[in-house]
Amino acid sequence: MASNGIKDKVAIISIGCTPFREHWDKSRDDLVIDATKQTLEGVQLASEDIDAYWIGTAQSGMSGLTLSMPLKLEGKPVTRVENFCATGSEALRQACYAVASGAYDTAMAVGVEKVKDSGYQGLNAFPMPTAGTNRTLTAAAMYSLVLPAYAKKFGVDEDELRMVVAKIAEKNHFNGAKNPLAQFRREMSAEAICDMAAVAGKLSVFDCAGVADGAAAAIVVSAEKAYEYTDKPMFIKALSLVSGNGSGLIDPEYDYTTFPECAAAAEDAYLQAGITNPREELALAEVHDCFTPTELILMEDLKFSERGEGWKDVLNGNFALDGPLPVNTDGGLKSFGHPVGASGIRMHYECWLQLRNEAPKERSIPQTGRNLGLVHNLGGYPGEMVSFVSILGTEID
Amino acid sequence: MGGLTPSGVRAVCSHDEDTATMGVEAARITFSSLSGSVNPSAVWFSSSNPPYMDKTNANVIHAALQLDTNAAAYDFGGAEKSGIGALKAALDSSKTLLLVQSDIRTGLPSSEDEGHGGDAASALLIGGEDEGDLIARYLGGSSANEEFIGRWRDPHERHSKSWEERFVVTKYLQLIDSAWQEVLSLTELSSGDISTVVISGSNNRAKNQISKILGVEKPRIDLFEDVGIAGTADATLLLTHALETSEPGEIIALVVLSDGIEVLLFEAGNQKNQSKDTISSQINSRNEITYQRFLQWKGNLEVQPPNRPAPSRISASAAARESEWKHGFIASKAEKSGMIHMPPSRVSTNPEDQIDTMDPISMANTSGHVVTYTVDRLVYSESPPVVFAVVDFVGGGRIPIELTDIEAEDVSIGMEVIPTFRKVFTADGIHNYFWKVRPARQ
Repeated sequence: MASNGIKDKVAIISIGCTPFREHWDKSRDDLVIDATKQTLEGVQLASEDIDAYWIGTAQSGMSGLTLSMPLKLEGKPVTRVENFCATGSEALRQACYAVASGAYDTAMAVGVEKVKDSGYQGLNAFPMPTAGTNRTLTAAAMYSLVLPAYAKKFGVDEDELRMVVAKIAEKNHFNGAKNPLAQFRREMSAEAICDMAAVAGKLSVFDCAGVADGAAAAIVVSAEKAYEYTDKPMFIKALSLVSGNGSGLIDPEYDYTTFPECAAAAEDAYLQAGITNPREELALAEVHDCFTPTELILMEDLKFSERGEGWKDVLNGNFALDGPLPVNTDGGLKSFGHPVGASGIRMHYECWLQLRNEAPKERSIPQTGRNLGLVHNLGGYPGEMVSFVSILGTEID
Repeated sequence: MGGLTPSGVRAVCSHDEDTATMGVEAARITFSSLSGSVNPSAVWFSSSNPPYMDKTNANVIHAALQLDTNAAAYDFGGAEKSGIGALKAALDSSKTLLLVQSDIRTGLPSSEDEGHGGDAASALLIGGEDEGDLIARYLGGSSANEEFIGRWRDPHERHSKSWEERFVVTKYLQLIDSAWQEVLSLTELSSGDISTVVISGSNNRAKNQISKILGVEKPRIDLFEDVGIAGTADATLLLTHALETSEPGEIIALVVLSDGIEVLLFEAGNQKNQSKDTISSQINSRNEITYQRFLQWKGNLEVQPPNRPAPSRISASAAARESEWKHGFIASKAEKSGMIHMPPSRVSTNPEDQIDTMDPISMANTSGHVVTYTVDRLVYSESPPVVFAVVDFVGGGRIPIELTDIEAEDVSIGMEVIPTFRKVFTADGIHNYFWKVRPARQ
């Protein structure tokens, strides 16, 4: 048994991302075309130059036709993948492995979600025929279980902890306000968020990720060919995925203060990349802030904070844009909304901008000489989730 | 209540209950009161308000109680009298039978029907002495019948109508003497032998007058102030209450005024209801709701649900496959590690267990504690918000599950809860039955 990884074997040579919006005037196909066009143009390639495609979408389309038809691809292998909220990253992961295996020279991962055509609030899964015994709780309510559990375990006052997670939203809105691609471009104070009505546990609507349409795409080639396309490729240092067994739902030992799938995926990714001290080695991290308590727990599961200390690090500004380890510098799911298939690739897009020093000045991370970035997704609920972690870098070791 | 406000309180079927689920809960109390085990050869369900037509509701009760496959399940439907009729037929048979009688009253807002009605279910096990000590012995019964239009409902309508009460009273008064004399002669008893007269029926005026005729000044057994008139379930509910509060050897007359008169005589036995959920204890541990919520639950006031998709109908084949879990709350327990899996699983989360080494384990009669909880104001519900709790059961097992019969502000960590059989939602006319938890009665 080994998770060998594909460190420095594959590189992203171009990546693109549409604005994440309520795109009332754009179809799923429009978004796919916009993202792929931008990405292809970045390296002056045409769609026929790509050998294989992966299209990630949770429920905006089925099969490879979701991509091959709008792009009018001829004779290309296109695979549709779905892995809950890690769908976009999963598409990228498959494309990277395909290139690493030598099966293809160039591969493209595309992520898209057209959420806003449903007419409902939030994200709603397609109903599958069931016996009707499955839980029907919203994700917001499931993640709201974290707050009282964390407060109790680490002896934090519940009202103080509520303010801590609101500070996470405040930070992400602060970053998103500077990002033209983000859906929400307004700063929000933690105090204002705390004053809002609760919709799930203590969480208000502004503790939840927004809901938006969007698409993103990335082209990967082998590391040795990367410089043929760009001076600054982004090398894949690690790709990790853990799909949980649901034990958190039935195990009385599970206490809702950690997401073991995320901790395991991070552990695997750090090993693949040779990272021993993520806090000191990473330049930034894009993490899955679907709800504010999620980001708090992730700071500990990803080893950015000691257990039980994450809340203090949040208050200390450790993860702020100018902090020692900036997190969600583009505004996160909080500001972008969460078109499920696209989010993972959107997060890689932000790492691309920041590591290549191409992010606009007003939201550039401090130049510390670090050249590694981390992307994290999770999909599912506390107790039953999938988790993805990648590490990206601008230099080959 | 709107309109003429009668005194007392009324029992109300919750938004996630129907006559089948209330019947299941009543039957669970009945079984829990037994010292030994009894396997009825059939379950007979009576209701004027069945969740399904055409389809047999007793099958749902059969499944929830995990009765023997060879136990029959039948519905007695339509008239209120189908309750007492089923009881009499059961008493006259030599079978061991489970009777479940359940009703939801559907009077229009501000009507007398609404004001007088109460939703309730009762369950009785009918059998011989070879099944164990009797709670009551049936001595005999009589009927007096005549066709008259007193109360009626078009099958396609939700609300019943009644003829002028004064006319209906005259019909019952004409019949009581015949029924009463008949039962006394059959049982060779006199009026003086009868210590308790219980009168059931929807017509209060008739009940009062017949009380006087039978020499009952103020009925000892009357749930009008605490439950209301419970339609099909009314007679057996009153009988159950009488037996819970009587002394061994007492003779109880059950007089039912429902499209004719039925009189049944019982002698209270030595056996008492062993369950802590007596009718009195349930009345004492009630939750009160607002009239707005009452109207909402009765379907007389439509409220805006959260802007989420309404649930789609469940799959018949999936429900059949999962029936033990869905209806019976049967989990699985790994042979080696003892880890309990809800829902049941063929593969354990504990790697020391081998695949397919699980034993079924019923969680229906367990109790647990709230480990943590949340209130979901976003999810679709017929009565938002949804209270949701992570529950650890005594003896093992954890499940995140909906907590019902509670207001969001009354939940607390550590609270004792027990499983309860409910209707989660209805889609395409199919009721999705499954288990929730509710606060344990103290």
